[in-house]
Formats: sequence, structure tokens, C-alpha cells
Amino acid sequence: MADPNETTGTTRRRFLVGAAGLAAGSVADARAESAKNLPPNVPDWTRQPGEGVGLRPYGNPSKYEKDVVRRTVPWLTATPESSVSFTPLHQLDGIITPNGLCFERHHGGIAEIDPADCRLMLHGLVDRPLVFTLNELKRLPRVNKIYFLECAANSGMEWRGAQLNGCQYTHGMVHCVEYTGVLLKVLLEQAGLKPSAKWIMAEGADAAAMNRSIPLSKALDDCIVAYRMNGEMLRPEQGYPVRLVVPGWEGNVWVKWLRRLKIGDQPWFTREETSKYTDLLESGKARKFTFVMDAKSVITSPSPQAPVKQKGFNVISGLAWSGRGKIRRVDVSLDGGRNWRTARIDGLVLEKACVRFYYEFDWNGEELLLQSRAMDETGYVQPSKDALRKIRGVNSIYHNNGIQTWAIKPDGEVENVEVG
Amino acid sequence: MSKSAEIALGAALVAAFATSTMAQSKKESPRNYGIGHVATAEQMAGWDIDVRSDGQGAPAGSGSVKAGEKVYMDKCAACHGEFGESAGRWPQLAQGRGTLKSHDPVKTVGSYFPYLSSVFDYIRRSMPFGDAQSLGNDELYAVTAYVLYLNDVVDEKFVLSKETWGKVAMPNAAGFFDDDRETAEKAFWNSSPCMKDCRGPVRITGRAGAVDVTPDEATKRGVE
Ligand code: HEC
Repeated sequence: MADPNETTGTTRRRFLVGAAGLAAGSVADARAESAKNLPPNVPDWTRQPGEGVGLRPYGNPSKYEKDVVRRTVPWLTATPESSVSFTPLHQLDGIITPNGLCFERHHGGIAEIDPADCRLMLHGLVDRPLVFTLNELKRLPRVNKIYFLECAANSGMEWRGAQLNGCQYTHGMVHCVEYTGVLLKVLLEQAGLKPSAKWIMAEGADAAAMNRSIPLSKALDDCIVAYRMNGEMLRPEQGYPVRLVVPGWEGNVWVKWLRRLKIGDQPWFTREETSKYTDLLESGKARKFTFVMDAKSVITSPSPQAPVKQKGFNVISGLAWSGRGKIRRVDVSLDGGRNWRTARIDGLVLEKACVRFYYEFDWNGEELLLQSRAMDETGYVQPSKDALRKIRGVNSIYHNNGIQTWAIKPDGEVENVEVG
Repeated sequence: MSKSAEIALGAALVAAFATSTMAQSKKESPRNYGIGHVATAEQMAGWDIDVRSDGQGAPAGSGSVKAGEKVYMDKCAACHGEFGESAGRWPQLAQGRGTLKSHDPVKTVGSYFPYLSSVFDYIRRSMPFGDAQSLGNDELYAVTAYVLYLNDVVDEKFVLSKETWGKVAMPNAAGFFDDDRETAEKAFWNSSPCMKDCRGPVRITGRAGAVDVTPDEATKRGVE
């Protein structure tokens, strides 16, 4: 695979050179600076006008941000059509993920659906089986909600110990955006539920025709049939034109390219909720329908892909989320979990959405073991990896929300480590 | 909007207004917006492909293990291996029984899938990979029967159909239980987690750098 980052100037070597000059202030940055643009000189961009309007009808990030991209781990899967790309969490801040950086997980590639040919069918235990066009869905009352979406397999490679050296890879199967759509409850009301209705099956129109069972109580609670993310129409890789939003629950049930909702009186036990997305324990038995994503957090920077550049004042930045409601608090440890201090949450604190936390500290070049620990409004406290393993063993693949440890070394490099 | 729809809408508004002024305890009936079309039987027939664990939704047709062998060799073996052992990195479909408690569990149709429908419904909607929903119903029954045969779940004379559906006993049918995290992991709820001297000395026991499986990373930019 071509490395999308070839063009960036940063190399490990340059970083180390920069680190040697710690506190020199300007040398350690990603790109070499050019004296002709620095005071007292006046750079070209001040002397001459730049491009006019209209040349970028759909704007892209600055060319200097080319390395802020989703990345893959090619050895993880047999084929890119059923695979995953990861959100570059270490290069983002705030709580909203830009649409083009939201991680991808497809099971049959990206369906490219003509919105004119988009149909959503609703049938089964209903009074009136219905078909909606996209325009009809858009005519129904709208809601706007910010929710995180985490793949149940996020951090799944880390059950047996530290494996992937970067929070993009260890935690990058999460994103958080604002959805616009119609409440699933409203759609179900249009069809009229039979009294025996208890479960619904959501099915995609992609080449995997992904299908999952969801209890009716959840469907009537806060699920959305969404067509927009962050104001614009869903991206193709996020299910354009219509996806299901199942707040707080594992990403696999948020069926993309949604084409059908069937109402039944029992779950279907599809392949995706039996062979996959079940959590195998040491007993050899597996938990099923583990829908809720437990509270979790991660320090996004510093992290292995975002080493510490300077001694002195530094900001630790991280994300926390819980499928059970609001995040109440996030604690940070610099010594591998011996002592904790409460981090500062800045920005919105919403149900089942990411929160951004900060912890400011002075670094004098000593080795540190950074951790973060999220707590939600139900009182659930993110457990250590060992505490999780004690109950679940190491075979469950899914739902690894254990506390992550990053080791900061004297040269500012950061490594994903396990502590015992 | 058509005249009659407008009238219906107006009537609904009046009704909604009337009920809202009445006792609040009375649940408002949901609004029908008159948007969407009735799904016809013909429309549903083409998309209604799901099959439930009790066999509800299974189509007409049948297929023998013998017929399934041919379908499997033609359309599946290139990826899944002649014996379901996997060719290269594609999913393994057979063997693996008795491994679920081990350090290296092998999850297959025979060792892990709880229901026949979980296999059948999936092949019907997703396989063969790259040419989904191309198998006829008889082929589908036959190839599923063959995958069961590769897993020693049925014998070589078996013919799978709606009628024989109930005869298939999946080995790991009792291998699953409902999410019990709220009881089994009750200890994770703690209103005042430890803040000071919470553990003894901390030792690094593993390093991702030593494992060295991270894709080449030339993008370090440092904290901001
Ligand atoms: C081009 C390669 C390829 C071919 C050909 C193919 N498959 Fe698959 N099969 C896959 C992939 C890839 C997956 C997993 C997809 C995913 O999880 O998103 C899969 C998954 C499966 C599974 C589920 C395995 C599990 O453990 O959950 C079954 C069953 C299956 N295939 C049966 C078949 C049958 C039957 C055929 C022939 C009709 C077939 N496959 C043809 C690639 C292939």
C-alpha cells in the first residue's frame, strides 16, 4: 500500500534532533521553517493575493495537513472490502470528528447509492407495511443529536497486551458527530406496531446486506434514521444516504445504507450477532447482545504518534465517552495508576457523546506512565485492563474498554505499554 | 399535498389540540403524517430474505450434501478451502471444535455458530463474497448442507429443506448467554474510586514497540 504520508517532512530522526534541542522553542516542529517568511521579513502571502473564491467549491484542509488521514492496518484483514480504517484521534481536538476522518468499517465495501433509488422498507408486525423515499424521510419531523459511535472491536487487538503503537490504531474506531434525521419511533408509528412486536431487524443495502436485531424498547427510545452528519448529507462510507443511529450501542448495530426494518417478536440471531459481536469468555461460553458500550477514555495527545516536543508546560488532551449516559468525570494519572488527579472537561457534556478533557502539567524530562480513567453518570468507572481480563479472559475481542497506558520516555517519545 | 390529505391533516391538528387540553394522563395517539407508501407484496418478496432461528422465512426448495459439494467447490473453496480450512487469510468455516476454552479459539460454523439460520441467512445475503445474493434457493440449501457436512453436523446423505430444518442440531447451540455485565461486573460501579496510593510499584510488562506490528509511521508531529 502506498504510504499516504510520504510527503510530510517529519521523520523519526528529525524528531530526535528536535528533542535534543528541547526548550529551544521552535526547532522541534513538524516542518522546517523558512527564514524568508519570518520576522522581520514579509512573506509572499502577505505581498500577493491568494486564490479567489470559487476555486474550492468544496473546501479541503490546508495542504500542510495532508498527514491528518484515516489509516489502515493491512495485516488485520484479508481484503479491504471487509476491513477497517482508523480515525486519527491524535491529530484532532474538541469532540466533533470531521466527516472525512470518521473511521470506516465495511463488510462489503462502500455502497454508492443514488438517492433517487433509495428506499426504506418497514414491515413485519405492523398494521401498514410502508416504503419511504429519501425525500419522504426528509419531510418527517427532524431531530439533531450529537452521539459517539464506537466499533465493538475498538481496542480489540490489545486484549493480550500492548500491540499497536498509536492511539489511532488502539482507539481509532470511534467518532462523534451530529446527526440529523427522523426518530425511528416516528417511523414505526407511521406503520403502526402490532401488540406482539418486540424486536426489529435492521438491514443494509450494501454487498454484505448487514443485518442486526435490536430490542423494540431501544428502537422506541432514542434511535434515529439519519441522513445527515455535521450538517451535510452522510458520507458514502458512513451509509449515504440513510443509516441507523443507535446511541450508546456498539457500532455494528448502526446499520449503514439502511434499506429495511422488519418488526418481529424475537431476535433473529444473525451471523453478526452470533459468530461475530459475541464476547467469548474463558469458560468457553459467550455473552450475546452486549449492545452497550461501557465508559472509556484515552489520552489522544501525547500518544505514540504525538510525542512530547518540549519540556516545561504541556497539555494532555483526551476523549471520554459512555454508552450509558453522560460522562461525569475523568481522572488522569502520570504514574501508571498509583495516584490520580481529576482532569478538566472543556466543551459540551452530552449523553452518549464524546467529551474532551485536558490535564495541564510541567514535564522535566522524567519518564511518565500516562493513564486516563472515565466515570459516567451511572457511577461506572473505567476498569484497568487487568481487572477486565480477570472477568473476561483475553478471547473476547470486543468491548475492551480497559485503561490505556502510554509511557513517556526522556526523549519525549511515547510508547503503548502494559503495566503490571 | 392533496386536498383530502390537507383535510385529514387539519382534522388531526384539531384532534391533537382537543386532546392536549384534556386530562394529560391520557396518552396522545401518535400523529400519522400521511407520508410514505404502502409496501406491496411484490416489493416485499424481493427484499424479505431474512431467516430466523426457528426457520421462519426459509424459502421453498431443497439441496443435498452431494449437490452442495459441487456448488462449494465452484463458488466457495477458492477462499474458504476445500475442507473449510481456509485458503490463506479468508475465514475458516470448519473444524475448531473443543477450542473455545483454549488460548487460541477457532470459531467456525461447527464450533461456534448457535443456529442453522445464522449460517443460512448469512450465506443467502452475503456469499459468495463478491457475488452476493446470486445463489438460487436449491443451491443455497445445498451449499449450506455441505458446510454442515464439512463440520460433521450432518451425514453425506442429508438433504436440507424447510422440512428437515429442525433436524439440524448445532453443536454450540447452548454456548451463549445474555449480557450480564451489570451483575457480573458490578464491581466496576464505584462512586468514589481511589485517588491516592492506589497500588504498589508499577512495572512495565509489555511494549508495543517490541511487538512491532504497527504500520510504518512517518507522521509524528508532537503534541500541540
Ligand atoms: C472471495 C472470497 C470468498 C468466497 C468466494 C466466498 N467467501 Fe465466504 N467469506 C469471505 C469473507 C471475506 C468472509 C467474511 C466477511 C466479513 O466478515 O465481513 C466470509 C464469511 C463467510 C461465512 C461466515 C464465517 C464466520 O465464521 O462467520 C460463511 C458461512 C461463508 N463465508 C460461506 C461461504 C460460502 C457458502 C461461499 C460459496 C457460496 C463463500 N462463502 C464464498 C470470503 C469468501
